[in-house]
Amino acid sequence: MVARARAPQHPQQAGPRAGEGPVRSRVALRVNGRTYALDLDNRVTLLDALRELLDLTGSKKGCDHGQCGACTVLVDGRRANSCLLLAVTLDASEITTVEGLAASDGALSPLQEAFLEYDAFQCGYCTPGQLCSAVGMLREAAAGHPSCVTDAATAADTAHPAALTPEEIAERLSGNLCRCGAYNAITRAVAACAATEAPDQAPRRPRT
Amino acid sequence: MPTPPDGPSALGSPARRSEGHAKVTGAARYAAEHTPPDCAYAWPVPATIVRGRVTSVDIAAATAAPGVIGVLTPYDAPRLGTADDPTLHLLQDLSVPHRGWYVALAVADTPEGARAAAARVRVTYETDPHDVTLSADHPGVYTPAEANGGHPAHRRQGDPDAAFAAAPVRIDRAYAVPPLHNHPMEPHSATAAWDAERHHLTVHDSSQGAGAVRAALAALLNLAEEDITVVSEHVGGGFGSKGTPRPHVVLAAMASRHYGRPVKLALPRAHLPATVGHRAPTLHRIRLGARTDGTLTSLTHEVTTHTSRVREFVEQAAVPARIMYAVPDMRTTHRVVALDVPTPSWMRAPGEAPGMYALESAMDELADALGVDPIELRIRNEPRTEPDSGHPFSSRHLVECLREGAERFGWARCREPRRDGPYLIGSGVAAATYPVLVMPSTARAHARSDGRYLVEVNATDIGTGARTVLAQVAADALRVPLDRVTVAIGHTGLPAAPLAGGSSGTASWGWAVHDACTALTARLERHHGALPPGGLTASADTTQSAKQKSPYSRHAFGAHFAEVRVDTITGEVRVRRMLGVFAAGRILNPLTARSQFTGGMVMGIGMALTEHSTMDPQFGDFTESDLAAYHVPAHADVPAIEAHWIDEHDKHLNPMGSKGIGEIGIVGTAAAVANAFHHATGCRLRELPLTPDRVLAALGSAGP
Repeated sequence: MVARARAPQHPQQAGPRAGEGPVRSRVALRVNGRTYALDLDNRVTLLDALRELLDLTGSKKGCDHGQCGACTVLVDGRRANSCLLLAVTLDASEITTVEGLAASDGALSPLQEAFLEYDAFQCGYCTPGQLCSAVGMLREAAAGHPSCVTDAATAADTAHPAALTPEEIAERLSGNLCRCGAYNAITRAVAACAATEAPDQAPRRPRT
Repeated sequence: MPTPPDGPSALGSPARRSEGHAKVTGAARYAAEHTPPDCAYAWPVPATIVRGRVTSVDIAAATAAPGVIGVLTPYDAPRLGTADDPTLHLLQDLSVPHRGWYVALAVADTPEGARAAAARVRVTYETDPHDVTLSADHPGVYTPAEANGGHPAHRRQGDPDAAFAAAPVRIDRAYAVPPLHNHPMEPHSATAAWDAERHHLTVHDSSQGAGAVRAALAALLNLAEEDITVVSEHVGGGFGSKGTPRPHVVLAAMASRHYGRPVKLALPRAHLPATVGHRAPTLHRIRLGARTDGTLTSLTHEVTTHTSRVREFVEQAAVPARIMYAVPDMRTTHRVVALDVPTPSWMRAPGEAPGMYALESAMDELADALGVDPIELRIRNEPRTEPDSGHPFSSRHLVECLREGAERFGWARCREPRRDGPYLIGSGVAAATYPVLVMPSTARAHARSDGRYLVEVNATDIGTGARTVLAQVAADALRVPLDRVTVAIGHTGLPAAPLAGGSSGTASWGWAVHDACTALTARLERHHGALPPGGLTASADTTQSAKQKSPYSRHAFGAHFAEVRVDTITGEVRVRRMLGVFAAGRILNPLTARSQFTGGMVMGIGMALTEHSTMDPQFGDFTESDLAAYHVPAHADVPAIEAHWIDEHDKHLNPMGSKGIGEIGIVGTAAAVANAFHHATGCRLRELPLTPDRVLAALGSAGP
């Protein structure tokens, strides 16, 4: 047990108040097709901007260190950990969050439908990141990106879409942790969509 | 269950999660996703010594920055009332019982401001010598009165020592499970808003039981429970760590009341190991004595574990041995050492998960020593009644699980280990068990005049599918289609209900929902003509029925099978296949149940292969404190997993005939994997997890 002695009163601190506030910048964030003009503390991450300033709380904070993937969003079509991006660096970038995956009439995307059908989540906290990551991953595969489980001959052939076996899907989504352990169902849901995804809708492989 | 006239029975159907749409669109809001106007942000300051006292807290630099509202310290924080749980007695005195104990709380207008302010708080300490290292022969070791769950710490039947000495076949082994962390994906978070005018506190908390949080806050803040509303509508996992109120919610509420502003506090991931409980490390010694035909004659399971100096928590790891096998002479005992460590607590299947790893490893070793098939050994020792209490089992079916699992897994075909280039491939089996727990609950069912039904109960859905399955229970009792039922949970304004823990949720809440809906059905049958505009309501309280002591021993059972591949060059162990068969009463929703069983097995793979925390002897903290250092299973770690179940009809449980399913999935996994490792390599590792360093050392010394 902790002793419960009444603590003495702390002496009044008379420290100098640093007059300077944090450095701020004006930025126009494009999120799910809408533009938000913001005056931001430069320290604000994209994740915190979405969650705390724009009330787009679909993107989740699981670790704030790029270790769990719950904050995954699409930046200019590519998946990224929004906790590792400073919002002020993203002026004019197109950002898509889980709130932007459904059609404008509210119709769910095939991936969202598949997550429901296969029960590809339990607590749901990693789900927005899994969904955004899967969208980005399907595009990467369609653009011929190899993964570290792709065999060498196939990896060299970037002219064709990568074949998404369950092993490929699991490898490519391994940046998105799910503590409930819904991995099997996520793989099945993504595989169901990979099979129906038209490859010609995929963007070209980035030049980098 | 009566079948509704206009459709198939809702109960037992694979209904999709009722909140699924909200979860896949990002609309489901978790505790930190409510931002009331003028919301402030808090960031706690953890102690940087292991043991001692705070001698000063300098907040000048912290509060100098614009936007900093204040810093609460042990010197000036509001005084709290008495808490049952001393880990919630925050900022009340100067002592530091372990590293990571909170010694200050910075509050600012923005998250960035709060975090920067916390970093600028200067704390000085007086340091005392500390001891954080567990050993079986620690001089401070003692036998507690009870282990977690109210189990007696010590049980003995007959003379296990004499029986062991006389046994022709003996196994005497030590096993170790390291500290483990729950790490739900949603870090513990709360948004608290004190309304001075209404004298009311509203808290959104990531909790497994809003009622328990409200009770704790009322006691600590000297408020009446009616003055507090706690909402836990969507919770991003908990696995036990959100089963009791945690420091974040107390600090958020304290700060909100003190500063007169809503306060949001989301714990940084790296704070969790020291502040929200952990699975305590367990050191096991198991002695099995058997006749040459495999009949067990003696069983001793001794567990040594640690607790903190703040609160005693004893992982009940020797308890499952009391019900597993027919052994006339048995001793199960727990010993504990209070160290200067964070307070351990519940993590998915506390007791059963580490205990069954040790017991089922020892059973595998005995099978090996006897040259008997490990499934056959378990079948030969199947008890007719519970060995500890002598009560008959309400249902058991462990043998059926083992047999069906063997059939589905192709056990007979994989009894020879294989070599494939640098890989060694083997398979293993282990049994699992988890008790049937049930707690009293209340619920209310309401028939609306528009033909729809509302069921209210302060249950919590931490990802189990509780919301969905309670609607199924209600639809069946009301004899209406599932889509006519809405379930409201996760709010202290709803009828009181117990927390989501001990795999007891569905049984406890479901029983009350069943009773309320049955009563409502009876009312509706007596009612003639159109419903009044306000509809009709019926309530239920299962305090009498759920508390009744059962003359039966009630447990779920299961059998786990694993096939592993051991890389002799890198030492990496991969699970190639995993399969579980469970006897867990009536399965109320096969879709969500499969996810629960499978999810438990995934966590078990982590326990077996990668999850490992270290209490640093010098620094007194868990070295692996974040998700980079503490490796929970990722997609690529998890093979195709099969979960199956026995169709079990047990009349001695609850009106639904269900047993809990949230925890048993983890229970046998680690032993099945470890046994498969032994089968593949001929080496036995008796300490989890099976990491490459240990594997290579074992292979090197044995020669694969």
